[in-house]
Amino acid sequence: MPGWNEYVQITGNIPNWPYSVNYGKEHEINCDVLVLGGGIAGCWAAIGAARKGARAVIVEKSVTRTSGAGGSGVDHWHAAVTNPACKISPEEFALAVIEDNHGYRCGISQYITCRESYDCLLELEEMGVKIRDSEDEFKGAEFRDEATKLLFAYDYTAKYCIRVWGSNTKPSLYRECRRLGVQIFDHIMVTSLLNEDGQPGRKVIGATGLHTRTGEFYVFRGKATILCMFLPQRQWIFSTELKGLCTTHRPPNSSGDGHAMAWKAGALFTAVERSRQGTGGPYGYPQYGVGNTWNTWYACTMVDATGKEIPWIDRDGKILKTVSERYRPAPGQKFFLSDMAREYKYRGPTLQPDWRERARKGEYVLPIYADIPSLPPLERKALWGLMIAQEARTLIPIYWTYNQAGFDPDKDMLQYYDGSWMGMGPPQWRDYADGGGLVVDWDLRTSLEGLYAAGGQIFASGDHAYAACTGRYAGRKAAEYAAGVSISELNRRQIEAEKARIYAPVRRKNGMDWKELNAGVCRIMQDYCSELKNEELLNLGLKWLAELEEGEMKTAYARNPHELGRMMEVFNIATVARMIFEGCRARKATNPYLGFIRTDYPQVDPPEWRKWITIRLDGNEVKTGDMPLDYYGDLSKNYAEHAPK
Amino acid sequence: MKDEFKALPNIVTPAHPVIFDEAVCTGCNACVENCVMDIFIPNPEKGKPPIILYPDECYYDGLCVYNCPLWRQGAIRLNHPLNQRVRWKRKETGEHFRIGSPNPPPPNNRPPVGGWQAKSG
Repeated sequence: MPGWNEYVQITGNIPNWPYSVNYGKEHEINCDVLVLGGGIAGCWAAIGAARKGARAVIVEKSVTRTSGAGGSGVDHWHAAVTNPACKISPEEFALAVIEDNHGYRCGISQYITCRESYDCLLELEEMGVKIRDSEDEFKGAEFRDEATKLLFAYDYTAKYCIRVWGSNTKPSLYRECRRLGVQIFDHIMVTSLLNEDGQPGRKVIGATGLHTRTGEFYVFRGKATILCMFLPQRQWIFSTELKGLCTTHRPPNSSGDGHAMAWKAGALFTAVERSRQGTGGPYGYPQYGVGNTWNTWYACTMVDATGKEIPWIDRDGKILKTVSERYRPAPGQKFFLSDMAREYKYRGPTLQPDWRERARKGEYVLPIYADIPSLPPLERKALWGLMIAQEARTLIPIYWTYNQAGFDPDKDMLQYYDGSWMGMGPPQWRDYADGGGLVVDWDLRTSLEGLYAAGGQIFASGDHAYAACTGRYAGRKAAEYAAGVSISELNRRQIEAEKARIYAPVRRKNGMDWKELNAGVCRIMQDYCSELKNEELLNLGLKWLAELEEGEMKTAYARNPHELGRMMEVFNIATVARMIFEGCRARKATNPYLGFIRTDYPQVDPPEWRKWITIRLDGNEVKTGDMPLDYYGDLSKNYAEHAPK
Repeated sequence: MKDEFKALPNIVTPAHPVIFDEAVCTGCNACVENCVMDIFIPNPEKGKPPIILYPDECYYDGLCVYNCPLWRQGAIRLNHPLNQRVRWKRKETGEHFRIGSPNPPPPNNRPPVGGWQAKSG
């Protein structure tokens, strides 16, 4: 079992750092399309660019073969509205999602996803990912389309979400990247973007990187650059004591690196004021690993301790008598939006929402269980045998580990806990959600020339299929752009300033470690940028943040390249904290669709504030602005004009 | 007697996100190279399981296990911390179990639909 402690106890030696360390040693890499972040969006971006003949490079902080929110799998593929069995159009679906969010969605990336989601899935099938029931394991199931052998989730009538065998998605994408000649640099954390003439706000011409095993320094020069990193995860909650770093829904090394570097490079952001009620974070359970009714578990039967069933109801509160009805739109409703719809128009069936209040009055007896054995056999097989085996962080953590411990879905009812696997946290614990990011145009280009964005970098972003579609699209557009420009000269001053910044923590002999600093930034967010906001709180938060940046962060201390990488993450978390504070100050109205309450501006989404609030850094000054919610214009017309050829 | 007691700091918890079986593990370091958080380092002694250097950074995605050539033989297994071990009830008998029960029911070895390495075509 050699943990570090056992090793030291048994051998009497402290192990040496296994990689040779050479802080500051420089490498320079040139390419046409530079992809920063090798997750789902990044791999698809590189594939899209390479197929257009571009020399593409991926730079990944972790391991491209396994990294990212989709690194360990995907079990249901959203927005596949162009599949032959689907009953709704891309326009209908995109507009429904936008309407359900009261306009607070990015129409561009939403529509690209609706148009290209199924195409991406077919390409994945060619790469070796299983997407249909070719062995007829589910023959006769009502969620199966007999002609295509596709299996559907959620709405069995509209058929827009496909159940897939996605646990090998990332290795398949990785192989395709390699086959296409994409150069991959793993274990390199990108630390900054490089601008033309070293001037933030100018064209982006490359990036710098830190190798988190050797400490060596990398300079990447690209004709076009695509930011493909994920949404900030350790912004409000940080603790490793109870369950390591699996305290966030998405990968905990997603520390807002892309957000921070694009901010410092002068790019335009929007919606960064968005957040949502936090979860239990450190107090949750393994992801998807408790009995529940959401997401992968939709629409499992739940029973109380006496075996009494908690009913499923339709959007009008009518009790649904069969399991089958949980997967169907209400009478007169064409389709429902998975299990996440806000609006009556798009709302689907749900477990009786007030069951907990009823339990308080004695109607149900705790604990509650997911009654998997009672599900129709093919639903049970789809839930545990297919989806729990294929979803991210489930094949080994849940399917294999629970089964080896004796769990049998034919016999056993898995317990539900309050808050499900995410647990329940206090209102101070927020989550960045699918919130703010870079403003993009119909080329998925940001406000800076040469810089494109995909996946979680785009504001109001989505899930796995969304990352795939926007990555693939941005890759092709960036390649088209790169074909018409030449590589730019580097600015040495900008590079030297970055080297001085990133290596400072390893030049100190003592100081504060990255974990204490991370928790310190989170505390400022909890105390001053929480559920209830006002000008006084936000200004105080910025004051404390500035004090921390000038004080404790100047004592930041790292003992090896790994710790240095984590410290750079915390620096980015502090930068993103600043962005969030600025975004929150700029919106002077309460907005439930952005999870945003200003107690000093309590009016809810007044007409004059129904717009995107933008922020960008100009020198040392924060410039705020706005743009119309539907700045993207006519979806199908603009797509037809801009989609890569 | 006094020298047998060393001054040691508290153990970082959770300390053992994975457990290696030294009799099966060949020290190939596939887990080291596939870990997204880079929590392992190779064992200085060749052929031995890696050292878990940063157990507190584990993301519990199980990719170290899935990418081990000998995972089904038990070379490495994911070890949910004690506070993470979920419980269940056997419907017919009313018995209660948990991950890590001292008297567990027999393991359920059924592979997922499509097998452990499902592929298209």
